[in-house]
Parts: sequence; C-alpha cells; structure tokens
Amino acid sequence: MDAQVITLSQRLYPLKYLFQLWKRNTLQFLRELWGNPSALLGALLVLLVVLMAIFAPQIAPHDPTRGKLRNQLLPPVWQKGGSTEFLLGTDVQGRDLLSRIIYGARISLSVGILAVGISALIGTGLGAIAGYYRGTLDAVISRFADILLAFPFLIFAIGMMAFLGPGFTNLLLALTLKSWVEFFRLARGAVIAEKTSEYIEAAKVVGQSNPTIILSEIMPNIIHSIMVLGTLRMGSLIIAEASLSFLGLGIQPPTPAWGSMIADGRDYLITSWWIATLPGLAILVLVLSINLFGEGLRDILDPRLKIE
Amino acid sequence: MRTIKILERVLAVIPIMFVVAIIVFLFMRLTPGDPVDIMMGEAGFVSAGEIENLRQEFNLDKPLYVQLYIFLADAVHGDLGNSFVKHAPVSKLIAERLPATIELALGALLFGLAVAMPIGIISAVKQNSAIDRLSMAGAFVGISMPPFWLGIILMLIFAVLLRWLPVSGRLDYSIKLQSITGLYVLDSILTANWPALISSLKHLVLPSISLGAAVAATVARILRSSMLEVLRQDYVFLARAKGLPQRTVIVKHALRNALIPTVTVVGLQIGVLLGGNMIVETVFAWPGLGRLVVQAIFARRFSPVIFLWCRAQ
Repeated sequence: MDAQVITLSQRLYPLKYLFQLWKRNTLQFLRELWGNPSALLGALLVLLVVLMAIFAPQIAPHDPTRGKLRNQLLPPVWQKGGSTEFLLGTDVQGRDLLSRIIYGARISLSVGILAVGISALIGTGLGAIAGYYRGTLDAVISRFADILLAFPFLIFAIGMMAFLGPGFTNLLLALTLKSWVEFFRLARGAVIAEKTSEYIEAAKVVGQSNPTIILSEIMPNIIHSIMVLGTLRMGSLIIAEASLSFLGLGIQPPTPAWGSMIADGRDYLITSWWIATLPGLAILVLVLSINLFGEGLRDILDPRLKIE
Repeated sequence: MRTIKILERVLAVIPIMFVVAIIVFLFMRLTPGDPVDIMMGEAGFVSAGEIENLRQEFNLDKPLYVQLYIFLADAVHGDLGNSFVKHAPVSKLIAERLPATIELALGALLFGLAVAMPIGIISAVKQNSAIDRLSMAGAFVGISMPPFWLGIILMLIFAVLLRWLPVSGRLDYSIKLQSITGLYVLDSILTANWPALISSLKHLVLPSISLGAAVAATVARILRSSMLEVLRQDYVFLARAKGLPQRTVIVKHALRNALIPTVTVVGLQIGVLLGGNMIVETVFAWPGLGRLVVQAIFARRFSPVIFLWCRAQ
C-alpha cells in the first residue's frame, strides 16, 4: 500500500515541480512586468478586452444581432445626426455598432486563445517527443511539417475553410492545422539542443524515466520560449481569423465578428464610414496590445531573443 | 559545395510539391458538390446525355486514382485542365491574371523596401532618438494592422474623401493599352502611352501600400536590429578611427553586412505578399490571381488554380 502511494507521488512530481516553479516565478514576473511600461500597457489593454468580452451581455447597450430598420445607418454620437442611444452609430440593419464590437471581442479572443493553446499543446508535445526520441517518428512528423510549411498561411486557411465550410470549429481547425508547426519546430530544436546537456545525463544516471526527464527537466527550460512564441503568434492568428471572416469564410452572420463587420461596411464606405472602420480599429487595438505584451514577455522571459 | 547544397534543397522540394498536389487534388474532388452539377445549375436545363458527355470530357467518369494520374501527368506538362465553369483552359486564365498579381507584388515590395531601408538605417544610426522611437512605434502599428482594413482606410481617405486616387481596378476604362507583358506600367512605357502610365501608376498606389505596409514594418525592424549589431563591431570602429566619413562607414561597411539577415527576411516576405494579396486584391477589385482563387472558392469551382499557388512556392 505504502509503495503505491510513493509511486503515485513520484509520478506527480513533474507536475508539482512545474507548479512550484510557476508560483516562484509569477511574483518575479509581475515585478518585472511593472518595470516594463509598454508591456504593462499591453497587458492592461488585453485584460480590458477580455473583461469586455466576458461581460458583454452586461455592458452592451443593445442586442448585437437585432436592430430596427428605422435606426439604420445612424452616425456616431459626435457627428451631426448622431444620438447618445447609439454611441458609435448603427449599421445597415439598424444594429448598434458598439454592442456588435463588444460582442465581436468574444470571437476574436476565443479564436486567438484557443488556436494558440491547441497549437502550442500539440506542437510542443510532438516536438518534444520527436526531438527526444528522434528516429522514424521524428522523420515522419518533420516531413509532414515541411509539407504544411510549403503552403502560405492564409492560402492554406482559405483552402481549408472552403473545404470544411464556414463556422467556429472549422475555423479553429483550419488555423491550428497549420500553426502547430511553428511550435513543433521550436520545441523540437530546443529539446535536441537540451538533450546533450550534462543535467540530462545526470538525470539519466539517477534513473529518471524518459517521460519524467522530458516533463520535469527539459520542459521548464523551454516553456518560456513556447509562451513567448504563443503570445506573439496570437496577434497574427486573430488577424487571420478576421481576414477569413472578412472574405465570408469564417464566422457567419448574424454572429458579430470584427472581420465580417468590416466586410459589411465596405459597401457603405461613401455614406457611412463608421461601419467598416471602427471594427478594424478594435482589431488594431487588440492585436497591438497583444504584441506589446508579447514583446515585453520576450524581453522578460527570453532575453536572448531580444530585438533592440 | 554550396552549389550542390542549393541543388539538394531545390530537388527536395519536388517530392513535397508532389504530395501537396495530391492533397490539393483530393480536396478538389472530395469536396461536396459535383462540378458538373454546379455547371449545369448555371446553364439551365440540360439532358442526361449531355451531362454524361461532360463527365467524360472532364474524365469525371473514371475512378479517382485514374483522375489523379491524369491531373498530375497534365500538370507536369504545364496543362492544368479546363475550368469547369469558364470553359477556358486554366493555364490561360492564370496567364491572364498572373501579370496583375506580379505587378501588385512588385509594387508592394518596392514600397516596402523604399520605406524600410531609410527608416531601418536612420533608426539604428540615431538609436533612441525621437526619429527612432517614432518610426519603431509606426513599424509596431504596421505589423499589428490587418492589411484589408488599412486598404479600406486608405481608400476612404485618398479615393473617397480627397478623390486623389481611384477606388479600384488597374486602369481607367477610357484608356486603351496594348498588352505586351501584361504589366500595365511596363506596357505603357514600352508603347510610350503616357496617359496609361499615369493612370496605371495611380491605380497601383493604394493596393501597393496596403499590401506593402506589413513588409515595410517587418523589414525596418529587422534591418534596424542587424544594423545596431553591426555598428558595434570592431571593424566599424576601425573604419571610424581611420577617419572615414560617416556616410562611407554606414553605407559601405555597416549596411553591407547588416543586409545579409535582412535579405533572408525579404525572401520570406514574398510568401506573405502572395498570401496577403488574396485579401488586398479583393478589397481593391484588382483582377489578379488572388481574386480569381477567392472567386473560385465561392463558386465551389476547385480548378487547379490552388495547385499553381503551391507551385509558386
């Protein structure tokens, strides 16, 4: 009975180790973030958008999917004819633009977070396995990754969406099916580099199993690079989602997504400039703050990659 | 030795392209929606016999692996088959559209480099100055901006409000231009057609900026950081100690070496240009390949256009 308990806690050791590391590092990380004003600004803005997305039903003044036709194409409040009821104006169906932008944050954020999360998980996992064990498995996955790399990102995603059909799940599938490759290559390269280090030799001599070495010895050393890559990729994935929705291949109406809102407003550019431009501004602010945060994160966690 | 390495890399691309072609073919054929049905839907009433004939004409009656073989064999010979809807050889459709895409990509690349080179150099030389901070902030915004939104903003300002530049297309309708290369700017110079030159240049400005802004931002950032690294080297110090003028030190000694990593990034950006132009061509109704592909997808005509896209790598 006792022996079983010991093996279980031994099995859990990598996770416990990661958790302790995380607790110790979080405080230090927050302190360093405080000393990096642009990263802090980015983090606060991202937090703001996240809160906006979570509490969209409480914040949004109107229903984002239903409007009255007699309210159609009303200008924003600061322009002649604008009203305080519709602060950012309305679209052609009379729907409140502000409410649609607030709800649209949900799509952009969830696509960004989920796509990065899934890609990082799959890519890092496969990369660590391929880099640690090498051999046929590594060769097969690496060739497959090469094939995926032959496609330009957006062309691949557009082709996939055309094949799968539009929708949220398919969008995630199309984006992650290609974006895991970058995490794979990063993790694989890092594991190959770490594998020959002396501390790995030491761990082997002590008798640690291969999975334990990967999880508790190698992972803590490469996880920072993965996190930095993830944050920096999130912005481009959000833009990719917006591009697909802009083309009509992503999120379908009436669900408000920033990309498709821009596409809707394109036909009314001459008379109602606000419909196409304001959702784009929202994309810009979100991606800009994610990138600011990401670059700060890189300077703090992975100073070797720092660009001056 | 280096030649062999390069040759090896190039040859390694062939099997990858082969697999890509097979995947694309399967995508095209296994997607729901029979091409002949869609074609007939557009043509109105047709007899069952005619449908059978068309199926035979496009080899759709044969097993999938035979279709795949025919597709690959034709593609190797440069025959990309017929578009199911437009009844024109796909290679001809592509030949019509390709120059427009090349012209736009060149314009974007030219704009990107013209902006990035001076900004990258000046920011590095005057590190932490106001110019440096301002241009790096600008570059940061540039990489965070969706290109289609930039296109719409530019269109709104310069075409709709100021009316300085045209909204879309490649040439004013009233102007006739003899096509030689298909690159309108080049054609109008070759035929000494000055109104056409002005018109085509005006049409090129906004799409090139929208597509090239991201390139400009990326290249400027890389060039700046590699310049900073090079400027710290001993040989630059020596060149300064020799009393060479600042300009010579920067252009002849520093820039030359700083360009090496930059050129790699520019090469990678060409892939971004080809991908991004599907969006920008859609925004500006630019009659290029990107728009053809987008239109093809919406009509569910999976003509081998996508295959060519992969070969363009």
